[in-house]
Amino acid sequence: MSVAPAIIVSDIVNRFGAQTVHDGLDMRIERGEIFGIVGGSGSGKSVLLNTILGLRRPQRGRVELSGVDITSLADAELRKLKMTYGVTFQAGALFSSLTVLQNVQLPMLEHLDLSARALEELALLKVRLVGLPVEAAYKYPSQLSGGMIKRAALARALALDPPLLFLDEPTSGLDPIGAAAFDELLVGLQRELGLTVVMITHDLDTIFRTCNRVGVIVDRKMISGTLEQISDNPHPWIREYFHGARASRFGASRGA
Amino acid sequence: MPFRTERHHETLRLSPVGDWTIQHVGEIERSLDMLSLDGVRCIQLDLSGISSLDLSGAWLIHDLRVRSAAIRSVDLLSPEPPMLRLVAQTLAQDQSAREPEPRTARSAVEHLGRHAWERLTGWAEGLAFLGATVLRFLAALKDPRVWRPISIARHVYDTGLTAIPIVALIAFLIAVIIAYMGAQQLQQFGADIFVVDLVTVGVLRELGVLLTAIIVAGRSGSAFAAEIGAMKLNQEIDALKATGVEPIEVLVLPRWIGLVIALPLLTVIADAVGVVGGALLCQLLLDMPLVQYFQRVDESIAAWTFWVGIIKAPVFAVLIAAAGTYRGMQVRGSSRELGRLTTVAVVQAIFMVILADALFAVLFMEIGI
Repeated sequence: MSVAPAIIVSDIVNRFGAQTVHDGLDMRIERGEIFGIVGGSGSGKSVLLNTILGLRRPQRGRVELSGVDITSLADAELRKLKMTYGVTFQAGALFSSLTVLQNVQLPMLEHLDLSARALEELALLKVRLVGLPVEAAYKYPSQLSGGMIKRAALARALALDPPLLFLDEPTSGLDPIGAAAFDELLVGLQRELGLTVVMITHDLDTIFRTCNRVGVIVDRKMISGTLEQISDNPHPWIREYFHGARASRFGASRGA
Repeated sequence: MPFRTERHHETLRLSPVGDWTIQHVGEIERSLDMLSLDGVRCIQLDLSGISSLDLSGAWLIHDLRVRSAAIRSVDLLSPEPPMLRLVAQTLAQDQSAREPEPRTARSAVEHLGRHAWERLTGWAEGLAFLGATVLRFLAALKDPRVWRPISIARHVYDTGLTAIPIVALIAFLIAVIIAYMGAQQLQQFGADIFVVDLVTVGVLRELGVLLTAIIVAGRSGSAFAAEIGAMKLNQEIDALKATGVEPIEVLVLPRWIGLVIALPLLTVIADAVGVVGGALLCQLLLDMPLVQYFQRVDESIAAWTFWVGIIKAPVFAVLIAAAGTYRGMQVRGSSRELGRLTTVAVVQAIFMVILADALFAVLFMEIGI
């Protein structure tokens, strides 16, 4: 591939006081793939995400988004860069005093100069793109179900048509049917819009349904590869994760 | 220009060029609006010149097609880009329910009625809350195990101890202001000594307790509402109920009791600081020796003067605590609601305190103390 990879994280060190969360972590994500980040609780998945998003500066190392090193950017440039990715947070983090439509419009209002009509129609387009009914656009987050909140958060993340999407636990708290529907939506959008998707997830179903490659954070570093490569990895935590009781039901169908 | 145009009689050939992406949508939209379409019967769209097209750009093209479709034909000369198909597919599904219904005269009447009804039921809800709390309190009197001394102590500390500096400062300043204003007027009649009566009676009977209550309403009334409201938003109240713990017992009662203990104590401090403040000003401004000042204080206060002020403090405390905890419990839905109800709690607490103070004034006058 001639274009730069979507994300290159090299030799990241993140420390909180005496506790080292990442110690020389490397990660590389190509354009157009769905990459799953897996790790035990407290292994630093969210810290890694915050580092890539530019919300946290690492003690050492480089983070490149589309070839630009974000660890050395000035605030104004970082702000511009933030238009090129969309994020959804674990609990949705929708602004509770705004309707779904206003939530989607907020990034557009901040960054773009649009007519009122385009603002309305484009936001509605995003709401419908994620499979929400039009009525839902005029509701407040407190009036939505968990599944709808996840979708609304996705619609907000897509507000600025970013090529890069970060999802933090997109299917946590959803029933298996809702989670499957969300996965299907995500794969569809990824294909149609040519997105690069990075997601943190614990959900093995979601990983097998959506991810091209996964990265596992173990021992403060990342081991990444295709699903087959990772599930053959001898590391005890990875073995337990992919071959433990919860995972065994996938064994037969995947032949892994 | 984000597009090129060629006109042949009634046919307009529109060839978008460059980036049709979200960053340029505003600008492209304005150029499209300026396009003169008078007499155009057919638009031919040639999309081959677009270098990058995203969803928003595709929407512009889709929108152009849909809006023109009624009066003129729109033909696509190049293959349909996948983005455009995605937009068309997404918007093709049921378009029925748009904006909530516009306001009409009927909806205005409906709105008014709903509002009035909410107000009425709001009163009932408030009374129910008050009743539930009082019942809990009475139950607690019988069963000392449900008293929560640690929780009460924390609220005495938060609402009382930490409020001492600000309450003392304000009591001091108010006493100084009264003494100063009083001295200016009374000096004209050579009645300087009555400044002492003014400060002592004013602070002890009214201002000490009233100002303390207003400060506490601002500090603790809001804190109660915000704390309980945030717990409500975070489903902590539901968690308590599900654990079989009554929120009124663990959250509301300790706050009420804590404040009922703290507010009278704060009032005593405010009274003391106020009287001392008056003394200092009298000495500095009127050259009145401290001994004379305190002698006069002794003469001016009746047996009841101090108690008339202090007796109001627990009542004010209950009013403030009730407003704060009740409004906190009402929070649901959004963080905006939390802010709104916190404001309501403080405003109502201050209003009720002043109203109660007025009622007390009438009552004390009637019984002659």
